[in-house]
Amino acid sequence: MNAPNSFRAQPDDRGHFGDYGGRYVAETLMPLVLDLEREYRAAKQDPAFAAQFDDLLEHYVGRPSPLYYAERLTDALRDGAAPGMGAQLWFKRDELNHTGAHKINNCIGQILLAIRMGKTRIIAETGAGQHGVATATVCARFGLPCVIYMGAKDVERQAPNVFRMKLLGAEVRAVESGARTLKDAMNEALRDWVANVHDTFYIIGTAAGPHPYPELVRDFQSVIGREARAQMLARTGRLPDLLVAAIGGGSNAIGLFHPFLDDGDVAMLGVEAAGEGLEARHAASLAGGFPGVLHGNKTYLLQDEDGQIAEAHSISAGLDYPGIGPEHAWLKDIGRVDYTSVTDREALDAFQLLCRTEGIIPALEPAHAIAAVTRRARDMRDDQVILANLCGRGDKDIFTVAGALGVSM
Amino acid sequence: MTRLSDGFAANRPALVCFVTAGDPDAAATPAILDALVAGGADVIELGMPFTDPMADGPAIQAANIRSLGAGTTTADILAIAAGFRARHPHVPLVLMGYANPMLRRGAEWFADAARDAGVDGVICVDVPPEEDDAIGPALRAAGVDLIRLATPTTDAARLGEVLGGASGFVYYVSVAGITGKQQAVQASIEDAVARLKGATDLPIAVGFGVRTPEQARAIGRVADGVVVGSAIVEIVAEHGAAAPAPVTAYVQSLSAALADARKQPA
Repeated sequence: MNAPNSFRAQPDDRGHFGDYGGRYVAETLMPLVLDLEREYRAAKQDPAFAAQFDDLLEHYVGRPSPLYYAERLTDALRDGAAPGMGAQLWFKRDELNHTGAHKINNCIGQILLAIRMGKTRIIAETGAGQHGVATATVCARFGLPCVIYMGAKDVERQAPNVFRMKLLGAEVRAVESGARTLKDAMNEALRDWVANVHDTFYIIGTAAGPHPYPELVRDFQSVIGREARAQMLARTGRLPDLLVAAIGGGSNAIGLFHPFLDDGDVAMLGVEAAGEGLEARHAASLAGGFPGVLHGNKTYLLQDEDGQIAEAHSISAGLDYPGIGPEHAWLKDIGRVDYTSVTDREALDAFQLLCRTEGIIPALEPAHAIAAVTRRARDMRDDQVILANLCGRGDKDIFTVAGALGVSM
Repeated sequence: MTRLSDGFAANRPALVCFVTAGDPDAAATPAILDALVAGGADVIELGMPFTDPMADGPAIQAANIRSLGAGTTTADILAIAAGFRARHPHVPLVLMGYANPMLRRGAEWFADAARDAGVDGVICVDVPPEEDDAIGPALRAAGVDLIRLATPTTDAARLGEVLGGASGFVYYVSVAGITGKQQAVQASIEDAVARLKGATDLPIAVGFGVRTPEQARAIGRVADGVVVGSAIVEIVAEHGAAAPAPVTAYVQSLSAALADARKQPA
């Protein structure tokens, strides 16, 4: 395939990223999806919208997040590397955001859109609970009622975040259908939306769903990559050689990658969750899936030969989804971004490594990115730079990790 | 005339009956379909089960789970359709479902397989006119009707686009919501049907939330067809493989109500 003039010009005006994306929704939702697109185009042209978004990111979220040189982890990985090998490891510290993850960036943008559209009720789906907490947070901040759909299995394994959402005034509805995880929560949120289109705004948590969600979530999350690019240039006078980010739906990854896509010398690596291994239960849609249609967009999906969607598995609730954002599907096919996968076990090892070398307890989602970094760093020269997105902090995961390590708390 | 247009040509509103294929299992479905016909169904809507039926309420969600749990495959559904066509050469049969199972082997494969199984039309819940390319051209090439959905949120500006690629009939989803128990106000249905009839010559069938003979009769006064789904699926859920007798009895009650629907003042 010929390289396009710019990798940053997607999607087209019908919301397609190459063959992917689109607006595969029931007719009831279609007029609303078109309204949202019109409103988003208007907001993008409105300096007041950008000013309010930027102000909230600075003073409420705490942006810009730091760019951090992980010296001890760099040294640890150079141990055993060949002479002159072992890349420098840098982190974009989005786990330091208010609410502890990158999810809040997107929620600020979407609730401002909801208010612009005159919507008076917010719904969202959540897997790990980070997006649910971020949504509940912005709803409290703007005084809007909020219903969060969460798979019943995730309600059990993410109890601290469930309580946080309730403290913030949200109603958490446990979804009992299907495998009772993120996919089922998204189905139930769509059912709520279709029945309440007149007053309800659906804050989708990742860069997926019907157009314009993949585009607008990417745009709101691109603050990560824009900051990181400027910070890296200011600190080192150069761009990184490799960007690394974990991928469930892919919003933190596309937020980091997108501003760098036209920097031809910057390589990128997206890290899917390989769960118990790609031959067993996993959540790696690109590695183990096929193109299909689910939740409003065409993308890679874990599915059987009849198009029935498979259950994903990952130790990380935030990566436990059988699809991926459509822009990643396109970036994979055209070869601009490489994608790999990391097992539960590798992620747990990386989680502990980061705790002990840097004094940072990461969420299990970015622990997947760190695991991929540990594989790559030794194969790169010591004057090369890896920038990984530390997209969430690990407080929410300590019970899961304790269980996996056989520790009773 | 096609089988579908014939199905709407009687001097009473057509009774369109939905069940999920493979519920409770693929072996039980043919007798349930026969029971629909015996009760007076004019058009059969055969639901293709999907793991993620986002537009469906609890009754049809559960039917999807039962069907997939029993191991129903796309091949089973096509075999059920072909068997129905052999037993009922004149009763129109429509497949209704979600895009992914229809597109998995390619839209052309699905359209040809549906045609070869004697299917007259396809309703794809999550392919709006904006994504028609995904399945519309393949169905049209195969001579299978693409039945479009219009809803309470379909405004005048969109109606032309919705009707543009439609054939067979137009399915008016009377409730902004999911399938099941929520019912539309009769006056809103009458307004919507009048609006649709002003924009197309295709028959208009009204569905979502229709479950009593009285509702069916009221809708039948103005619409060309009435779709009943969840209420039948609930009978199948209760009676399983023994569902044919109660299904026939229930469909007869709807059919009787529609018989004189047009004689009553609207």
